[in-house]
Amino acid sequence: MEHELGFALSNAWLVPALPLISFVVVGLFIRPYSAKWAGIVATLAVMGSAVMAYAIAWQYFHLYHGEDHPAIVPWTIEWLRYQPGMSVVMGTLIDPISVLLMVVVTTVSALVHLYSNGYMKGDPGFGRFFTYLSLFTFSMLGLVLAPNIVQMYVFWELVGVSSFLLIGFYYQKPSAVAASKKAFIVTRFADLGFLIGVLTLGYYGYLSFPQLSPSIEPGLAGLSTSGLQPFDFAYINSPEFLAYFAPMQVAFFGFSLLTMAMVLVFMGAAGKSAMFPLHIWLPDAMEGPTPVSALIHAATMVVAGVYLVARLFPAFAASETALLLVMVVGTFTSLFAAVIGTTQDDIKRVLAFSTLSQLGYMMLALGVSTMAHPLGYTASMFHLFTHAFFKALLFLAAGAVIHAVHSNSIWDMGGLAKKMPITHLCFLTATLAIAGIPPLAGFFSKDEILAAALMNHHYVVFGVAMLVAGLTAFYMFRIYFVTFWGPHRGHGAEHAHEAPVLMWLPLAILAVLSAVAGFVPMSHYIHIGAPLEHEGINLAIAVPASLMAVLGIGVAFFLYAGMKATARAERLATALGVIYRTIKNKFYIDEVYLFVTHKIIFNYISRPIAWFDRHVVDGGVDLSGWMTRTTGYVLSLGQTGQVQVYGLWYTAGALFVLLIFWAALG
Amino acid sequence: MNALTQALANQTPGLNHWLVLSTVLFSIGLYGLLTRRNAVGILMAVEVMLNSAALNFVVFNYFVTPGAFDGQIMAIFVIAVAAAEVVVGMAIFVAMFRLRHSVDVNRIDTLKH
Amino acid sequence: MGICSWLIAIPFITMLFVVFTPADKWQRIRWISAVGCGIHLVVTAVMVYKYWQLAAPDLASMKTATLTKLYLVEQVPWFPSLGIQYFLGVDGISVAMIILTSIIIFTGSLASWYVEIRTKEFYALLLLLVSGVFGVFLSFDLFLFFMMYELAVLPMYLLIGIWGTGPKEYAAMKLTLMLLVGSAFVLVGMLALYWASPVHTFDLQVLAQQTFSNEFQAWVFPMIFIGFGVLGALYPLHTWSPDGHSSAPTAVSMLHAGVLMKLGGYGALRIAVYLLPEGAKMWGLFFMFLTTINIVYGAFGAVMQKDLKYFTAYSSVSHCGFVLFGVATLNLMAFKGAVIQMFSHGIMTGLFFGLIGMVYGRTHTRIIPDMGGLGKVMPWLATCFYIAGLASLGLPGLAGFVAETHVFLGGFFGNEWTATWMTRTLTILATGSIVVTAVYVLRGLGKVFQGPITDPHFEHLTDATLPERLSTGILVATLLFVGVAPWFFIDLIEGSVMPLVNRLHETGAIVAMTK
Repeated sequence: MEHELGFALSNAWLVPALPLISFVVVGLFIRPYSAKWAGIVATLAVMGSAVMAYAIAWQYFHLYHGEDHPAIVPWTIEWLRYQPGMSVVMGTLIDPISVLLMVVVTTVSALVHLYSNGYMKGDPGFGRFFTYLSLFTFSMLGLVLAPNIVQMYVFWELVGVSSFLLIGFYYQKPSAVAASKKAFIVTRFADLGFLIGVLTLGYYGYLSFPQLSPSIEPGLAGLSTSGLQPFDFAYINSPEFLAYFAPMQVAFFGFSLLTMAMVLVFMGAAGKSAMFPLHIWLPDAMEGPTPVSALIHAATMVVAGVYLVARLFPAFAASETALLLVMVVGTFTSLFAAVIGTTQDDIKRVLAFSTLSQLGYMMLALGVSTMAHPLGYTASMFHLFTHAFFKALLFLAAGAVIHAVHSNSIWDMGGLAKKMPITHLCFLTATLAIAGIPPLAGFFSKDEILAAALMNHHYVVFGVAMLVAGLTAFYMFRIYFVTFWGPHRGHGAEHAHEAPVLMWLPLAILAVLSAVAGFVPMSHYIHIGAPLEHEGINLAIAVPASLMAVLGIGVAFFLYAGMKATARAERLATALGVIYRTIKNKFYIDEVYLFVTHKIIFNYISRPIAWFDRHVVDGGVDLSGWMTRTTGYVLSLGQTGQVQVYGLWYTAGALFVLLIFWAALG
Repeated sequence: MNALTQALANQTPGLNHWLVLSTVLFSIGLYGLLTRRNAVGILMAVEVMLNSAALNFVVFNYFVTPGAFDGQIMAIFVIAVAAAEVVVGMAIFVAMFRLRHSVDVNRIDTLKH
Repeated sequence: MGICSWLIAIPFITMLFVVFTPADKWQRIRWISAVGCGIHLVVTAVMVYKYWQLAAPDLASMKTATLTKLYLVEQVPWFPSLGIQYFLGVDGISVAMIILTSIIIFTGSLASWYVEIRTKEFYALLLLLVSGVFGVFLSFDLFLFFMMYELAVLPMYLLIGIWGTGPKEYAAMKLTLMLLVGSAFVLVGMLALYWASPVHTFDLQVLAQQTFSNEFQAWVFPMIFIGFGVLGALYPLHTWSPDGHSSAPTAVSMLHAGVLMKLGGYGALRIAVYLLPEGAKMWGLFFMFLTTINIVYGAFGAVMQKDLKYFTAYSSVSHCGFVLFGVATLNLMAFKGAVIQMFSHGIMTGLFFGLIGMVYGRTHTRIIPDMGGLGKVMPWLATCFYIAGLASLGLPGLAGFVAETHVFLGGFFGNEWTATWMTRTLTILATGSIVVTAVYVLRGLGKVFQGPITDPHFEHLTDATLPERLSTGILVATLLFVGVAPWFFIDLIEGSVMPLVNRLHETGAIVAMTK
């Protein structure tokens, strides 16, 4: 069936291009002259791409209404030709999940831009901030639209670097510098795995391409101008390629090559999505300005890992081990982070651990699904969608609070409900949404994840997810009660006042979205593999899950609502002793890393190498110089400076030679 | 007198006689060159060696290619070069003497340092 | 006189102008050099355009060619009895290198705008050296090649020994001696080629058509490769590089790390691999092994350095390792990667050393722990430094990424003469260096430019001046151009790299690296 593409669809490249143009124009030409205009131009550009994204979404789902949603690639350009037959083709891939992410990214980004105009007002780096934000938005959209794994990697790195720049935005603050380095290096380490995975997939893709592509290509509805490429997701995910690749074995702990490749790719995903044990950078990343935390470290960039796994889901599903790993890591991270989240004092850090936990949720949703029972895939994307809104809202609201109180610690806040009514209301909406209280957005997506886990008989995962739901409600209401209820604890809290309109307007929009996003019929738009058998709300899951949330809220109320309750919490903490301290110190994971990097790598690898180079290798060179000089010196002892002695030697030598000649010839 | 000397004495001087003479002259010169301490003495020794070479030229010219004059011309060249050499050498020694108040070659050893 | 000769002559003529300008007119000397290099840049652009016109139609036919096709050739007999000619020409690889050299010398002459001791001699030697470098990249006669090579190496001694800093005499001596040892190896190899070929000639194209016995190739290949490897900082013959680079003055470091080190990779590819394909197959794995050490070792070595120049020099050892790694991998992607890496590393290191010179000129220290928070007072330099750093850790969008992924993919694909699992293991080890690179780049730059200002007198330092901005701006733009639009560069070199690969295959056509 031929489809006529509308303007928005065929020019999808405009979506990332607008922020790119804004990055160049603002960075080079506007920033040095006018901070105000830098903000305005960048915001308008992102709003432009948001409008484009909505148009694309509307056209796409309108075009393929009531049928399968094929992946189309309306625009490509050959970017990098490794060798004939193997090129990286930059393009724009439009399929349900890329449209979903595009909408999320542009919406949140546009709102964060708007908010930042108020939040960053008066900051000397105002123009720089918007330059970086534009760069990030461009990179993130490029990542979302990537039709092949190399483009994904390219933009993956670019979002990494924009995240680095934005975390280290306050570059004179040593903690921010350290956090930005940490974020970059940890994700870089993960990307190493990703890169090797890409190399493996690229190699076998290239090898099998001539043989397999003729049978794959006709089956694709893609309107790509460049044809299929070995790096394309469409190729890697195709059953033909997976059937070719899966049986390949290597002598490496008995894993198949496919498993290895997918595990390596997952390593990249885990780094970006801050899965345990690569999660350590995300809490520290809160050193960045709050809008950045909202945009990058809650709503968009950190979900790139989930997106990558979803993107390669058929390939992951072809390897049970890899998918199991996704599930285990996701489940563990969601529990682990939720536990830590209950003890932190910095409002942004609590939110960061909450993000970790929710990302774990999304991962586990992917991990529990299979091609035959793919509900988790839809659920994961659904949760990604709803989470983006309520988590961005939480961060932005927290930013408004921090802006008013001038402190990050929840114990400096308190009683803000009256001082900042709009912020309070928005924060409450988001908190209820994340806790999974019906009928807010979080309820629906969590319900679907739980249903997916139960349906595929992963009872342990289901149990943990239930527990995490309760914990989530608890720690979120903990910070809610401490921040907005009770007495004013600090000087800042007493003088707090409502945020300016530029800041509360995005909050209000996000609050509306967080409330209603759950009603989007996601399973109608996004599915993979077999058709979904689960429709609507399963009360057997929804009721206990909601009760867990209410229980969590109740405990939080009991321990943290008001002065008396807080005293109870302190007693509990003292009673728990070592356990509490371990949790509070994030299970000392950072210390372990610090030990490994500084003590072992620096001291036992780098320093010896530096020493070895200076003393042994270079010593060898100097030794040869020394030997030359010494030999010269020894020989110079025979040099008396007496020409007559030389003459004597010469004569003796000449006579000797003569004698030899005489003996030989005569 | 042994037989060789007898034989030589009895003949009119031939090629061998002259070669023996020039070898003796050359050896005396070489000995002087290697043993004299006085620079002027060394110069004289060099002269003796040069003259022995010049003598060889003349002798070979006379006995080997009687019709030609190449050897004699070479001898004159040698004499001219020797003269020039003496001039240069003596000039150096005079300069050296002024500098060091000595022309003892053992004490001229700056090449070593 | 063709355009190739002009490319060599222009720096030389500029040098003559400099020589005949009175030494006390040092400002005029500066301008003469800058204008000369500027003209050179323009002539280079013309040459690239001409090359493009001529070479573009031939690209398809190069897929099966085994002999590099030369353009803009000038061929004049020089010593016909010895088979020596004045033979200049360009192919894609040399065009790339010439663009690199032109850019580096132009920006280098701007970056050393503030050399005030013996300005005249400095520029004269610098320009002489540059003539030699161009000669190397343009000549296709081994004798001429070697002569130009020596012309490029020797002025370095004086440049470092006179205008350097620190233990400059030691560094200059070490550098010159090690490079001369390398060139002795090369010379022996070249003479062996001359005598072993049935036609006694130094003509590279004629030699390329001869077949040399395997026994011969087995010993001549490592000879030439190691000889050039010294210049390309092959482990363990790289130790001249940290000392030499850190002692050299700014423009010389730029030129040396940026261009001269590339002569190593260029020579290894152009002479060793091109003329001795069988030898390359025999020794490929060995050199891959050594260069993997280069890559990883250089990166770890850089982590602990305290001096910015040592830091960059070790990073150069690591990055030049990629060049030789690519050359030793023996397939199309790796060769292309090696050439792109030569270019991108040249620009990147040029930028690094230029910037270090500029920062040093202000702070009078290069010790990393003594600096801090400079980003606030010199945002331009900090930005450029970060761009160079990001390029060196292989950020997509900058030139380093294009080069490194080529090399990685090439290494991963391996070749038909070596066990793939070995090349793959080595490649994965080499890939690991991207993490270490991130560590040292971010640690080093973070300390220097970020955080609070450590020394009160840094508060009053100024940002880059106009010549400095021009010079760094050009380099940054080049890095971005290659990174964002790599297809230009790939089109430029691909046709000339293909014959090198084809020579390795007896069939004479590019064969996919299958195993």
